[in-house]
Amino acid sequence: MGTTEKIYFYPVWLRIWHGINALGIIILIITGISMQSSLDSPLIGFSLAVNLHNITGIVILLSYLFFFIGNIVTKNGKYYLIKAKGFFQNPIKQSVYYAWGMFHGSKPPFPLSQKRKFNPLQKYFYVLVMYIAVPIVIITGIALLFPELIIEEAYGFSGLFLTAILHSAVGFFISIFLIIHIYMSSIGKSPFDNFKSIISGWHHL
Amino acid sequence: MNPYFILDTVAMTNGVHKQFDCTDCHSSEYATYPHNGNLKLEPLSTCLDCHGGDESFAKYKFDQIQEEVNKSVHYKVYGENFGCSKCHSQHTYVTTARNSDNVLEIVDNDNKMCLSCHNDMKKYKLVSGHENPKLVEVHDWLPNQELHFRHVRCVECHTEVIDSLMVSHNILGKDHAVKKCVECHTANSRLKASLYKYENLQKRSEKGGIHIVLSNSSYMIGTHQSPLLKLLSFLIFFAVLSGIIIHLLFRIFKK
Repeated sequence: MGTTEKIYFYPVWLRIWHGINALGIIILIITGISMQSSLDSPLIGFSLAVNLHNITGIVILLSYLFFFIGNIVTKNGKYYLIKAKGFFQNPIKQSVYYAWGMFHGSKPPFPLSQKRKFNPLQKYFYVLVMYIAVPIVIITGIALLFPELIIEEAYGFSGLFLTAILHSAVGFFISIFLIIHIYMSSIGKSPFDNFKSIISGWHHL
Repeated sequence: MNPYFILDTVAMTNGVHKQFDCTDCHSSEYATYPHNGNLKLEPLSTCLDCHGGDESFAKYKFDQIQEEVNKSVHYKVYGENFGCSKCHSQHTYVTTARNSDNVLEIVDNDNKMCLSCHNDMKKYKLVSGHENPKLVEVHDWLPNQELHFRHVRCVECHTEVIDSLMVSHNILGKDHAVKKCVECHTANSRLKASLYKYENLQKRSEKGGIHIVLSNSSYMIGTHQSPLLKLLSFLIFFAVLSGIIIHLLFRIFKK
C-alpha cells in the first residue's frame, strides 16, 4: 500500500518536545520509583537518583513551557479543545470501538483527518495529562525542591507530607498513562507505524 | 573569676533539682562564700546513689540507662569519668523530651547536650585530647543537612535504638552510625519507636489532636509510608497490565 494517504501531524518542534519529554518522563519514573521505595541499588544509588530526578524535573519544566507556549502560538493547540457537544457520548463511542468494534470489523467512529488529530478518548487523556497532571507534578515538584514554600500544616497533616503524597500519586498516574499511551500507539496501520510517525512527522491514515 | 564556675541561678531554679540546697550534695563548707578552691576535689555522690534502685524513679529507668551508658563509646574511652553530668547538667537539667509537646524543641534541647562538647573546640579538646572534627564537614554526605539537624536528634543515628528506653544511651562510635537513608525513610523506620512513643505520650497528655493518631504511620516522605496508597497503586498497575494483555490477545487471535 504505497499510495496510502498521509498527514503531516507532528511538526519538528513538537517532535523535539515529545522526544525530550519522553526521555525525561522515563528517567523521572525510574528515579522516582527507586526513591520512594528507598532502593539503594548499586545501579542507581540513592543520591544519584535524587540528583537525576531534580535535574530531569527542571528539564521537564522547561520542556513543558516549550510545549505550552508552542500550543498557544501554533495551531497545534486547537487539537486539545474539548467541545460540550458529545462530551460523554464521544469518548464512550470510542471506548466501545476499542473494546468491541475493532474486533468485529467496525470502522473507527472518529477517523483522523487534517481537522482531527486525536480521537475523543485520546484527547481527554492528553488534556488530563498535559494540562492537569503534569502541571501538578511540576508545581508540587518545585515545592518539594523549596520546602520553605509549603504551608506547615493543613488539617493537622504536615503540608510537606501532603505535597509529597500528591506529587507521587500524580506521578503514578502519569506512569500508568505512559504504559497505556505506548500500548495504544501500537494500534495503527501496523504495530510500529505510529512509532515511526512520531519520528518522521507523517501519520499514515 | 572563671565564668564556668558560676552557676546560672535562674536555670537552676527551673531545673529538676531546684528544691535542693547546694549543701545537700556538696560539702557544708560551700555554705560560705567565697569557698576554698580545693573543695572542687571533694568526692561527690553519683546520680545513681539517689536515683538507682528507687521505686519513685523507676519510670525513668536510671539503672537500665547506666547499663546502656556502660556499653557506649563514651564509657569505653573515658570510663567512670564520663558520668551522667557530662551531658545532663545536674544543676540545670529539665526533662524536655518527656514534657514538651513540640518535637523541634525536644530535638533542639537534646542536640544541645551533644553539641555542648562536639561543637565546642576548647571543651572537646580538653576532654578528648584531640581536635574536634567539624560537624558540618563530617556530615557532608547527608542530604538536606540543615533540615536533618533541626528535625532529627543526633542520637537517632548515633545510638543503638532500643524500644524500652525513651532515649537510647548506648552512643556508638562513628563507624556504627546510621548512614543509609533507608533506615529511616521506609515503612519500618528506625525512628518509629521513638516517634510512636512521643505521640503516645502526647495523646495521653491530651495535648495532641486526633491527627496524631491518623498520621501515626505516615511521618516520613514517600507514598510507601501510606499502606493504602501502596496497595491501591499495585492494584491499579496490575489491572492496567491485565487489561492490556487481554486486549493484545484479542488483537492477535481475533482478526
